[in-house]
Amino acid sequence: MRLHEITRGDFPVLGRVVNGHPLVYLDSAASSQKPRTVIEAMSQYYARSHANVHRSIHTLGEEATELYEGARDRVQRFIGAQSREEVVLTRGTTDGLNLLADALCAGLAPGDEVLITEMEHHSNIIPWQLAARRQRLALRAVPVTGSGLLDLDALDRLLSARTRVVAFTHVSNVLGTINPVAEVCARARRAGAVTVVDGAQAAPHLALDMSLLGCDFYVFSPHKMLGPTGIGVLWGRRERLEALEPTRGGGEMIKEVWLDRAQWNDLPWRFEPGTPPIAEAVGLTAAVEYLEKLGMDRVGEHERALTRQALAGLAALPGVRVFGPPASVSRGAVVAFAVEGLHPHDVAALLDAEGIAVRAGHHCAMPLMHRLGVVGTARASFSVFNAPDEIDHLVRTVADLRSVL
Amino acid sequence: MIATRALYSDVIRERWRRPRFRGELPGATAVAEDVNPLCGDRVRLMLRLDGVRIVAAGFVGDSCAICTASADVLAELVVGRPAAEARAVAAGDLLAVLQADIRPTRMRCVTLPLSVLAQALNGGGA
Ligand SMILES: Cc1ncc(COP(=O)(O)O)c(C=O)c1O
Repeated sequence: MRLHEITRGDFPVLGRVVNGHPLVYLDSAASSQKPRTVIEAMSQYYARSHANVHRSIHTLGEEATELYEGARDRVQRFIGAQSREEVVLTRGTTDGLNLLADALCAGLAPGDEVLITEMEHHSNIIPWQLAARRQRLALRAVPVTGSGLLDLDALDRLLSARTRVVAFTHVSNVLGTINPVAEVCARARRAGAVTVVDGAQAAPHLALDMSLLGCDFYVFSPHKMLGPTGIGVLWGRRERLEALEPTRGGGEMIKEVWLDRAQWNDLPWRFEPGTPPIAEAVGLTAAVEYLEKLGMDRVGEHERALTRQALAGLAALPGVRVFGPPASVSRGAVVAFAVEGLHPHDVAALLDAEGIAVRAGHHCAMPLMHRLGVVGTARASFSVFNAPDEIDHLVRTVADLRSVL
Repeated sequence: MIATRALYSDVIRERWRRPRFRGELPGATAVAEDVNPLCGDRVRLMLRLDGVRIVAAGFVGDSCAICTASADVLAELVVGRPAAEARAVAAGDLLAVLQADIRPTRMRCVTLPLSVLAQALNGGGA
Protein backbone atom coordinates (compact mmCIF):
# COMPACT_ATOMS: atom_id res chain seq x y z
CA MET A 1 0.00 0.00 0.00
CA ARG A 2 1.34 3.44 -0.88
CA LEU A 3 1.48 5.89 1.98
CA HIS A 4 -1.20 8.27 0.71
CA GLU A 5 -3.74 5.43 0.71
CA ILE A 6 -3.27 5.20 4.47
CA THR A 7 -3.10 8.93 5.21
CA ARG A 8 -5.56 10.74 2.95
CA GLY A 9 -8.61 10.06 5.10
CA ASP A 10 -6.83 11.61 8.09
CA PHE A 11 -6.72 15.12 6.59
CA PRO A 12 -10.14 16.81 6.75
CA VAL A 13 -9.10 19.65 4.42
CA LEU A 14 -8.62 17.23 1.54
CA GLY A 15 -12.39 17.01 1.30
CA ARG A 16 -12.50 20.60 0.06
CA VAL A 17 -13.54 21.63 -3.39
CA VAL A 18 -11.64 24.68 -4.69
CA ASN A 19 -12.88 26.57 -7.75
CA GLY A 20 -15.03 23.59 -8.63
CA HIS A 21 -12.19 21.06 -8.36
CA PRO A 22 -11.06 18.75 -5.57
CA LEU A 23 -8.19 20.44 -3.72
CA VAL A 24 -4.71 19.32 -4.80
CA TYR A 25 -2.49 20.76 -2.09
CA LEU A 26 1.10 21.07 -3.27
CA ASP A 27 2.30 23.81 -0.92
CA SER A 28 3.40 21.90 2.17
CA ALA A 29 6.85 23.51 2.08
CA ALA A 30 5.15 26.81 2.95
CA SER A 31 2.90 25.14 5.50
CA SER A 32 1.56 21.63 5.57
CA GLN A 33 -2.02 20.54 6.21
CA LYS A 34 -2.99 18.96 9.54
CA PRO A 35 -4.27 15.48 10.34
CA ARG A 36 -7.40 15.14 12.46
CA THR A 37 -5.38 13.93 15.46
CA VAL A 38 -3.52 17.26 15.63
CA ILE A 39 -6.68 19.33 15.29
CA GLU A 40 -8.51 17.26 17.89
CA ALA A 41 -5.65 17.17 20.39
CA MET A 42 -5.57 20.96 20.39
CA SER A 43 -9.29 21.45 20.71
CA GLN A 44 -9.45 18.77 23.44
CA TYR A 45 -6.75 20.62 25.30
CA TYR A 46 -8.69 23.89 25.16
CA ALA A 47 -11.93 22.15 26.03
CA ARG A 48 -10.56 20.24 29.03
CA SER A 49 -7.14 21.17 30.36
CA HIS A 50 -6.17 24.73 29.58
CA ALA A 51 -4.31 26.72 32.23
CA ASN A 52 -0.95 28.45 32.39
CA VAL A 53 2.09 26.26 32.82
CA HIS A 54 4.74 26.02 35.53
CA ARG A 55 3.08 28.43 37.90
CA SER A 56 -0.37 27.13 38.72
CA ILE A 57 -0.69 24.75 41.64
CA HIS A 58 -4.02 23.33 40.66
CA THR A 59 -5.15 20.35 38.65
CA LEU A 60 -5.53 22.06 35.31
CA GLY A 61 -2.23 23.88 35.72
CA GLU A 62 -0.51 20.57 36.39
CA GLU A 63 -2.16 18.94 33.39
CA ALA A 64 -1.17 21.80 31.11
CA THR A 65 2.42 21.72 32.39
CA GLU A 66 2.62 17.99 31.88
CA LEU A 67 1.31 18.30 28.32
CA TYR A 68 3.67 21.15 27.51
CA GLU A 69 6.74 19.42 28.92
CA GLY A 70 5.59 16.19 27.31
CA ALA A 71 6.02 17.84 23.91
CA ARG A 72 9.64 18.52 24.76
CA ASP A 73 10.24 14.85 25.60
CA ARG A 74 8.55 13.76 22.41
CA VAL A 75 10.69 16.11 20.32
CA GLN A 76 13.84 15.03 22.15
CA ARG A 77 13.28 11.44 21.03
CA PHE A 78 12.14 12.47 17.54
CA ILE A 79 15.38 14.31 16.81
CA GLY A 80 17.74 12.12 18.79
CA ALA A 81 18.74 14.80 21.30
CA GLN A 82 20.89 13.76 24.28
CA SER A 83 18.62 15.34 26.87
CA ARG A 84 15.40 17.30 27.22
CA GLU A 85 17.38 20.33 28.40
CA GLU A 86 18.70 20.70 24.87
CA VAL A 87 15.22 21.25 23.43
CA VAL A 88 14.03 24.87 23.59
CA LEU A 89 10.50 25.59 22.38
CA THR A 90 10.31 28.86 20.44
CA ARG A 91 7.73 30.42 18.10
CA GLY A 92 9.18 29.06 14.87
CA THR A 93 12.29 28.77 12.73
CA THR A 94 12.49 32.53 12.22
CA ASP A 95 12.18 33.11 15.94
CA GLY A 96 14.89 30.56 16.71
CA LEU A 97 17.28 32.04 14.16
CA ASN A 98 16.74 35.55 15.54
CA LEU A 99 17.37 34.27 19.04
CA LEU A 100 20.60 32.61 17.93
CA ALA A 101 21.83 35.56 15.88
CA ASP A 102 21.23 37.89 18.84
CA ALA A 103 22.79 35.64 21.45
CA LEU A 104 25.71 34.28 19.44
CA CYS A 105 26.76 37.64 18.00
CA ALA A 106 26.36 39.64 21.22
CA GLY A 107 29.89 38.93 22.37
CA LEU A 108 31.63 39.18 19.00
CA ALA A 109 34.19 41.82 18.09
CA PRO A 110 34.13 44.15 15.06
CA GLY A 111 35.62 42.35 12.07
CA ASP A 112 34.58 38.89 13.26
CA GLU A 113 32.92 36.93 10.48
CA VAL A 114 29.59 35.20 10.03
CA LEU A 115 29.21 32.85 7.10
CA ILE A 116 25.85 32.06 5.50
CA THR A 117 25.07 30.71 2.02
CA GLU A 118 23.52 31.97 -1.19
CA MET A 119 20.61 29.51 -0.84
CA GLU A 120 19.27 30.77 2.50
CA HIS A 121 15.71 31.74 3.29
CA HIS A 122 15.46 35.40 4.37
CA SER A 123 14.96 34.20 7.92
CA ASN A 124 18.52 32.88 7.89
CA ILE A 125 19.88 36.07 6.29
CA ILE A 126 18.24 39.08 7.88
CA PRO A 127 18.86 38.19 11.56
CA TRP A 128 22.60 37.90 10.74
CA GLN A 129 22.52 41.15 8.76
CA LEU A 130 20.98 42.91 11.76
CA ALA A 131 23.54 41.43 14.13
CA ALA A 132 26.38 42.21 11.72
CA ARG A 133 25.31 45.83 11.51
CA ARG A 134 25.00 46.11 15.28
CA GLN A 135 28.36 44.49 16.05
CA ARG A 136 30.16 45.56 12.88
CA LEU A 137 30.75 41.97 11.78
CA ALA A 138 31.59 40.83 8.26
CA LEU A 139 28.80 38.77 6.69
CA ARG A 140 29.84 36.48 3.85
CA ALA A 141 28.00 33.88 1.78
CA VAL A 142 29.07 30.53 0.37
CA PRO A 143 28.09 30.46 -3.32
CA VAL A 144 25.86 27.88 -4.99
CA THR A 145 27.26 25.93 -7.96
CA GLY A 146 25.60 25.75 -11.37
CA SER A 147 24.04 22.44 -10.44
CA GLY A 148 22.46 23.86 -7.30
CA LEU A 149 24.88 22.50 -4.71
CA LEU A 150 26.87 24.34 -2.04
CA ASP A 151 30.34 25.14 -3.33
CA LEU A 152 32.42 23.34 -0.71
CA ASP A 153 35.74 24.53 -2.15
CA ALA A 154 34.52 28.08 -1.74
CA LEU A 155 33.48 27.21 1.81
CA ASP A 156 37.08 26.26 2.57
CA ARG A 157 38.34 29.49 1.07
CA LEU A 158 35.83 31.57 3.03
CA LEU A 159 36.44 29.91 6.41
CA SER A 160 39.08 31.82 8.33
CA ALA A 161 40.44 32.26 11.80
CA ARG A 162 37.90 35.07 12.20
CA THR A 163 34.85 32.98 11.26
CA ARG A 164 32.73 32.75 14.40
CA VAL A 165 29.43 31.38 13.08
CA VAL A 166 28.45 29.28 10.06
CA ALA A 167 24.67 29.30 9.51
CA PHE A 168 23.17 27.30 6.66
CA THR A 169 20.10 25.43 5.59
CA HIS A 170 19.83 21.66 5.75
CA VAL A 171 17.47 21.49 2.77
CA SER A 172 16.89 24.37 0.33
CA ASN A 173 13.25 25.49 0.13
CA VAL A 174 13.73 26.32 -3.57
CA LEU A 175 16.34 23.97 -5.03
CA GLY A 176 15.55 21.00 -2.83
CA THR A 177 19.29 20.56 -2.31
CA ILE A 178 20.15 18.46 0.74
CA ASN A 179 23.34 19.94 2.12
CA PRO A 180 26.03 17.71 3.65
CA VAL A 181 25.51 18.96 7.21
CA ALA A 182 28.10 16.77 8.91
CA GLU A 183 30.72 17.69 6.31
CA VAL A 184 30.10 21.45 6.53
CA CYS A 185 30.02 21.31 10.32
CA ALA A 186 33.29 19.39 10.49
CA ARG A 187 35.03 22.03 8.37
CA ALA A 188 33.46 24.86 10.36
CA ARG A 189 34.53 23.25 13.62
CA ARG A 190 38.11 22.96 12.42
CA ALA A 191 38.02 26.71 11.81
CA GLY A 192 36.66 27.19 15.33
CA ALA A 193 33.19 28.35 14.27
CA VAL A 194 29.83 27.59 15.87
CA THR A 195 27.33 25.96 13.48
CA VAL A 196 23.62 26.79 13.12
CA VAL A 197 21.43 24.68 10.85
CA ASP A 198 18.05 25.78 9.49
CA GLY A 199 16.07 22.54 9.46
CA ALA A 200 12.72 24.02 8.37
CA GLN A 201 12.63 21.98 5.14
CA ALA A 202 14.38 18.92 6.56
CA ALA A 203 12.49 18.04 9.73
CA PRO A 204 9.24 17.24 7.86
CA HIS A 205 10.93 14.75 5.55
CA LEU A 206 14.13 13.26 6.99
CA ALA A 207 14.79 11.09 10.00
CA LEU A 208 16.89 13.37 12.21
CA ASP A 209 19.60 12.41 14.66
CA MET A 210 21.35 15.31 16.34
CA SER A 211 24.23 13.10 17.43
CA LEU A 212 25.07 12.34 13.78
CA LEU A 213 24.58 15.79 12.25
CA GLY A 214 27.47 17.34 14.12
CA CYS A 215 26.02 20.86 14.34
CA ASP A 216 25.78 23.04 17.44
CA PHE A 217 22.26 24.38 16.88
CA TYR A 218 19.31 23.14 14.81
CA VAL A 219 15.96 24.91 14.34
CA PHE A 220 12.68 24.00 12.68
CA SER A 221 8.95 24.82 12.42
CA PRO A 222 6.30 22.23 13.35
CA HIS A 223 3.73 23.91 11.06
CA LYS A 224 5.63 22.52 8.09
CA MET A 225 5.48 18.99 9.52
CA LEU A 226 1.75 18.48 10.07
CA GLY A 227 1.77 20.44 13.34
CA PRO A 228 0.39 23.84 14.35
CA THR A 229 1.67 27.35 13.61
CA GLY A 230 3.05 29.51 16.40
CA ILE A 231 5.60 27.08 17.86
CA GLY A 232 9.16 26.24 16.94
CA VAL A 233 11.98 23.98 18.04
CA LEU A 234 15.52 25.09 18.80
CA TRP A 235 17.92 22.31 19.64
CA GLY A 236 21.30 23.26 21.06
CA ARG A 237 24.24 21.17 22.17
CA ARG A 238 24.15 21.43 25.95
CA GLU A 239 27.54 23.07 26.44
CA ARG A 240 26.72 25.60 23.72
CA LEU A 241 23.39 26.46 25.30
CA GLU A 242 25.04 26.71 28.74
CA ALA A 243 27.51 29.23 27.32
CA LEU A 244 24.81 31.38 25.74
CA GLU A 245 23.58 34.50 27.58
CA PRO A 246 19.83 34.99 27.18
CA THR A 247 18.85 38.08 25.19
CA ARG A 248 15.15 38.01 25.99
CA GLY A 249 13.76 38.41 29.46
CA GLY A 250 10.48 37.85 31.25
CA GLY A 251 8.70 35.40 33.47
CA GLU A 252 9.73 31.73 33.57
CA MET A 253 13.29 32.35 32.43
CA ILE A 254 14.55 33.35 35.89
CA LYS A 255 15.12 31.70 39.25
CA GLU A 256 15.32 34.75 41.41
CA VAL A 257 14.87 38.42 40.64
CA TRP A 258 15.98 41.55 42.43
CA LEU A 259 15.28 45.02 41.14
CA ASP A 260 18.74 45.39 39.66
CA ARG A 261 19.67 41.82 38.72
CA ALA A 262 18.42 38.29 38.31
CA GLN A 263 19.56 34.72 38.33
CA TRP A 264 18.69 32.79 35.17
CA ASN A 265 16.61 29.67 35.28
CA ASP A 266 18.02 26.29 34.26
CA LEU A 267 18.01 25.02 30.69
CA PRO A 268 15.84 24.96 28.67
CA TRP A 269 13.49 27.47 30.39
CA ARG A 270 16.22 30.12 30.40
CA PHE A 271 15.37 30.70 26.74
CA GLU A 272 11.57 30.50 27.09
CA PRO A 273 10.40 33.80 28.61
CA GLY A 274 6.68 34.39 29.02
CA THR A 275 3.68 32.13 28.58
CA PRO A 276 4.66 29.60 25.94
CA PRO A 277 2.51 28.25 23.08
CA ILE A 278 0.85 25.52 25.13
CA ALA A 279 -1.93 24.32 22.84
CA GLU A 280 0.60 24.39 20.01
CA ALA A 281 2.90 22.13 22.03
CA VAL A 282 0.01 19.70 22.40
CA GLY A 283 -0.49 19.81 18.63
CA LEU A 284 3.24 19.31 18.11
CA THR A 285 3.15 16.13 20.18
CA ALA A 286 0.27 14.82 18.08
CA ALA A 287 2.10 15.69 14.84
CA VAL A 288 5.27 13.89 15.93
CA GLU A 289 3.19 10.90 17.02
CA TYR A 290 1.51 10.82 13.63
CA LEU A 291 4.80 10.96 11.74
CA GLU A 292 6.42 8.35 13.99
CA LYS A 293 3.52 6.01 13.48
CA LEU A 294 4.04 6.25 9.71
CA GLY A 295 7.81 6.02 10.17
CA MET A 296 10.09 8.79 8.94
CA ASP A 297 11.90 6.45 6.56
CA ARG A 298 8.62 5.61 4.88
CA VAL A 299 7.56 9.27 4.86
CA GLY A 300 10.81 10.25 3.16
CA GLU A 301 10.59 7.43 0.64
CA HIS A 302 7.04 8.39 -0.35
CA GLU A 303 7.93 12.05 -0.80
CA ARG A 304 11.10 11.27 -2.74
CA ALA A 305 9.08 9.13 -5.15
CA LEU A 306 6.62 12.01 -5.70
CA THR A 307 9.51 14.44 -6.19
CA ARG A 308 11.15 12.18 -8.79
CA GLN A 309 7.83 11.83 -10.58
CA ALA A 310 7.24 15.60 -10.65
CA LEU A 311 10.81 16.34 -11.76
CA ALA A 312 10.67 13.87 -14.60
CA GLY A 313 7.18 14.95 -15.69
CA LEU A 314 7.82 18.71 -15.60
CA ALA A 315 11.33 18.56 -17.09
CA ALA A 316 9.95 16.67 -20.10
CA LEU A 317 7.51 19.48 -20.98
CA PRO A 318 8.58 21.90 -23.71
CA GLY A 319 9.18 25.41 -22.37
CA VAL A 320 9.38 24.28 -18.75
CA ARG A 321 12.57 24.71 -16.73
CA VAL A 322 13.08 22.95 -13.41
CA PHE A 323 15.59 24.23 -10.85
CA GLY A 324 17.95 22.48 -8.50
CA PRO A 325 20.23 19.46 -8.59
CA PRO A 326 19.59 16.74 -11.20
CA ALA A 327 17.05 14.07 -10.31
CA SER A 328 19.85 11.55 -9.78
CA VAL A 329 20.87 13.45 -6.62
CA SER A 330 18.74 12.87 -3.52
CA ARG A 331 16.56 15.95 -3.02
CA GLY A 332 14.04 17.44 -0.62
CA ALA A 333 10.32 17.37 -1.40
CA VAL A 334 10.17 20.56 -3.50
CA VAL A 335 10.28 21.21 -7.23
CA ALA A 336 10.69 24.82 -8.37
CA PHE A 337 9.88 25.42 -12.02
CA ALA A 338 9.34 28.14 -14.60
CA VAL A 339 7.10 28.15 -17.66
CA GLU A 340 8.45 30.06 -20.63
CA GLY A 341 6.43 33.18 -21.42
CA LEU A 342 4.49 33.05 -18.16
CA HIS A 343 5.10 34.87 -14.92
CA PRO A 344 5.19 32.55 -11.87
CA HIS A 345 2.21 34.35 -10.31
CA ASP A 346 0.13 33.67 -13.36
CA VAL A 347 1.22 30.04 -13.30
CA ALA A 348 0.01 29.76 -9.69
CA ALA A 349 -3.25 31.59 -10.42
CA LEU A 350 -3.98 29.40 -13.43
CA LEU A 351 -3.24 26.23 -11.47
CA ASP A 352 -5.46 27.48 -8.64
CA ALA A 353 -8.30 27.77 -11.13
CA GLU A 354 -7.91 23.99 -11.44
CA GLY A 355 -7.82 23.46 -7.67
CA ILE A 356 -4.05 23.01 -7.55
CA ALA A 357 -2.28 24.99 -4.81
CA VAL A 358 1.38 25.82 -5.50
CA ARG A 359 3.55 28.65 -4.28
CA ALA A 360 4.87 31.33 -6.63
CA GLY A 361 7.32 34.14 -6.14
CA HIS A 362 10.76 34.53 -4.63
CA HIS A 363 10.11 32.03 -1.81
CA CYS A 364 11.79 34.40 0.65
CA ALA A 365 15.09 33.66 -1.07
CA MET A 366 15.74 36.78 -3.14
CA PRO A 367 19.54 36.40 -3.19
CA LEU A 368 19.08 32.91 -4.63
CA MET A 369 16.63 34.30 -7.24
CA HIS A 370 19.31 36.82 -8.22
CA ARG A 371 21.80 33.97 -8.52
CA LEU A 372 19.38 31.99 -10.72
CA GLY A 373 18.62 35.09 -12.77
CA VAL A 374 14.84 34.96 -12.27
CA VAL A 375 12.31 37.16 -10.44
CA GLY A 376 10.64 34.13 -9.02
CA THR A 377 9.53 30.60 -9.73
CA ALA A 378 6.51 28.42 -9.21
CA ARG A 379 7.07 25.66 -6.65
CA ALA A 380 5.26 22.42 -5.98
CA SER A 381 6.01 20.66 -2.70
CA PHE A 382 4.87 17.36 -1.31
CA SER A 383 3.78 15.68 1.89
CA VAL A 384 2.56 12.36 3.21
CA PHE A 385 -0.98 12.88 1.89
CA ASN A 386 -0.07 13.57 -1.74
CA ALA A 387 -0.84 10.93 -4.34
CA PRO A 388 0.91 10.11 -7.63
CA ASP A 389 -2.24 10.97 -9.60
CA GLU A 390 -2.07 14.49 -8.13
CA ILE A 391 1.41 14.85 -9.62
CA ASP A 392 0.10 13.61 -12.97
CA HIS A 393 -2.69 16.18 -12.74
CA LEU A 394 -0.12 18.92 -12.04
CA VAL A 395 2.05 17.92 -14.98
CA ARG A 396 -0.92 17.68 -17.36
CA THR A 397 -2.22 21.08 -16.29
CA VAL A 398 1.20 22.76 -16.59
CA ALA A 399 1.47 21.28 -20.08
CA ASP A 400 -1.68 23.20 -21.06
CA LEU A 401 -0.68 26.51 -19.50
CA ARG A 402 1.25 28.09 -22.33
CA SER A 403 -1.74 28.03 -24.62
CA VAL A 404 -4.14 29.80 -22.30
CA LEU A 405 -2.67 33.18 -21.48
CA MET B 1 -9.26 23.34 -20.61
CA ILE B 2 -8.32 25.80 -17.94
CA ALA B 3 -10.95 28.31 -16.90
CA THR B 4 -8.91 31.42 -17.65
CA ARG B 5 -11.90 33.63 -18.48
CA ALA B 6 -12.76 33.97 -14.82
CA LEU B 7 -9.20 35.00 -14.00
CA TYR B 8 -7.96 37.04 -16.90
CA SER B 9 -10.18 39.22 -19.03
CA ASP B 10 -9.60 39.46 -22.77
CA VAL B 11 -8.11 42.92 -22.17
CA ILE B 12 -5.53 41.50 -19.75
CA ARG B 13 -4.65 38.64 -22.08
CA GLU B 14 -4.31 40.99 -25.04
CA ARG B 15 -2.20 43.54 -23.15
CA TRP B 16 0.01 40.78 -21.73
CA ARG B 17 0.68 39.29 -25.15
CA ARG B 18 1.02 42.55 -27.03
CA PRO B 19 1.65 45.47 -24.69
CA ARG B 20 1.58 48.77 -26.55
CA PHE B 21 3.78 50.81 -24.25
CA ARG B 22 6.39 48.27 -23.23
CA GLY B 23 9.97 49.30 -23.95
CA GLU B 24 12.59 51.88 -23.14
CA LEU B 25 11.62 55.51 -23.70
CA PRO B 26 14.49 57.58 -25.11
CA GLY B 27 14.64 61.10 -23.75
CA ALA B 28 12.49 60.35 -20.71
CA THR B 29 12.31 63.28 -18.30
CA ALA B 30 10.72 61.47 -15.34
CA VAL B 31 11.55 57.92 -14.34
CA ALA B 32 10.74 55.77 -11.32
CA GLU B 33 10.94 52.11 -10.42
CA ASP B 34 9.42 50.08 -7.62
CA VAL B 35 9.07 46.52 -6.44
CA ASN B 36 6.13 44.57 -5.06
CA PRO B 37 7.63 43.07 -1.89
CA LEU B 38 5.13 40.21 -1.97
CA CYS B 39 6.23 38.74 -5.26
CA GLY B 40 9.34 40.66 -6.30
CA ASP B 41 7.63 42.14 -9.35
CA ARG B 42 9.45 45.18 -10.64
CA VAL B 43 8.12 47.96 -12.84
CA ARG B 44 10.01 50.96 -14.23
CA LEU B 45 7.91 53.72 -15.71
CA MET B 46 9.39 56.36 -18.00
CA LEU B 47 7.64 59.60 -18.94
CA ARG B 48 8.49 62.44 -21.25
CA LEU B 49 6.94 65.77 -20.24
CA ASP B 50 6.90 68.92 -22.30
CA GLY B 51 6.77 71.03 -19.15
CA VAL B 52 3.16 70.43 -18.26
CA ARG B 53 1.85 67.60 -20.33
CA ILE B 54 2.95 63.95 -20.55
CA VAL B 55 3.75 63.49 -24.21
CA ALA B 56 5.07 59.94 -24.13
CA ALA B 57 5.21 56.99 -21.72
CA GLY B 58 6.82 53.58 -21.60
CA PHE B 59 7.52 50.85 -19.07
CA VAL B 60 9.82 47.89 -18.59
CA GLY B 61 10.09 45.31 -15.85
CA ASP B 62 9.49 41.81 -14.66
CA SER B 63 5.84 41.49 -13.87
CA CYS B 64 2.85 39.20 -14.09
CA ALA B 65 0.06 39.49 -16.64
CA ILE B 66 -2.14 41.65 -14.41
CA CYS B 67 0.67 44.04 -13.48
CA THR B 68 1.89 44.28 -17.07
CA ALA B 69 -1.61 44.96 -18.37
CA SER B 70 -2.15 47.52 -15.64
CA ALA B 71 1.10 49.34 -16.51
CA ASP B 72 0.18 49.28 -20.18
CA VAL B 73 -3.30 50.70 -19.58
CA LEU B 74 -1.89 53.32 -17.22
CA ALA B 75 0.65 54.46 -19.82
CA GLU B 76 -2.16 54.82 -22.34
CA LEU B 77 -4.36 56.75 -19.91
CA VAL B 78 -1.72 59.32 -18.96
CA VAL B 79 -0.27 60.15 -22.36
CA GLY B 80 -1.56 63.52 -23.50
CA ARG B 81 -2.65 64.57 -20.04
CA PRO B 82 -1.21 67.27 -17.79
CA ALA B 83 0.74 65.81 -14.85
CA ALA B 84 -1.86 66.99 -12.35
CA GLU B 85 -4.55 65.06 -14.18
CA ALA B 86 -2.38 61.97 -14.54
CA ARG B 87 -1.87 61.98 -10.80
CA ALA B 88 -5.61 61.63 -10.34
CA VAL B 89 -5.83 58.32 -12.19
CA ALA B 90 -6.98 55.75 -9.64
CA ALA B 91 -7.18 51.96 -9.36
CA GLY B 92 -10.85 52.14 -10.30
CA ASP B 93 -9.97 53.72 -13.65
CA LEU B 94 -7.56 50.89 -14.43
CA LEU B 95 -10.03 48.21 -13.35
CA ALA B 96 -12.68 49.74 -15.58
CA VAL B 97 -10.43 49.27 -18.60
CA LEU B 98 -9.06 45.87 -17.52
CA GLN B 99 -12.61 44.56 -17.07
CA ALA B 100 -11.46 41.91 -14.65
CA ASP B 101 -12.58 40.68 -11.29
CA ILE B 102 -9.32 41.07 -9.40
CA ARG B 103 -8.96 39.22 -6.12
CA PRO B 104 -7.69 41.10 -3.05
CA THR B 105 -4.40 39.14 -3.08
CA ARG B 106 -3.64 40.47 -6.57
CA MET B 107 -4.79 44.07 -6.18
CA ARG B 108 -1.19 45.09 -5.56
CA CYS B 109 -0.43 43.83 -9.08
CA VAL B 110 -2.89 46.46 -10.37
CA THR B 111 -1.71 49.27 -8.11
CA LEU B 112 2.08 48.89 -8.35
CA PRO B 113 2.25 50.91 -11.62
CA LEU B 114 0.16 53.64 -9.95
CA SER B 115 2.62 54.08 -7.11
CA VAL B 116 5.49 54.10 -9.60
CA LEU B 117 3.68 56.85 -11.54
CA ALA B 118 3.28 58.92 -8.38
CA GLN B 119 7.01 58.52 -7.65
CA ALA B 120 7.97 59.48 -11.19
CA LEU B 121 5.82 62.63 -11.09
CA ASN B 122 7.23 63.56 -7.70
CA GLY B 123 10.70 63.32 -9.13
CA GLY B 124 11.57 60.30 -7.00
CA GLY B 125 12.78 56.85 -7.93
CA ALA B 126 15.66 55.76 -10.08
C1 LIG C 1 14.38 26.97 4.67
C2 LIG C 1 13.44 27.78 5.48
N1 LIG C 1 13.89 28.49 6.52
C3 LIG C 1 13.09 29.22 7.30
C4 LIG C 1 11.74 29.30 7.07
C5 LIG C 1 10.90 30.16 7.95
O1 LIG C 1 10.04 29.41 8.73
P1 LIG C 1 8.95 30.11 9.64
O2 LIG C 1 8.22 31.06 8.75
O3 LIG C 1 8.11 28.98 10.11
O4 LIG C 1 9.66 30.80 10.74
C6 LIG C 1 11.21 28.58 5.99
C7 LIG C 1 9.77 28.60 5.66
O5 LIG C 1 9.15 29.51 5.25
C8 LIG C 1 12.08 27.83 5.18
O6 LIG C 1 11.62 27.15 4.12
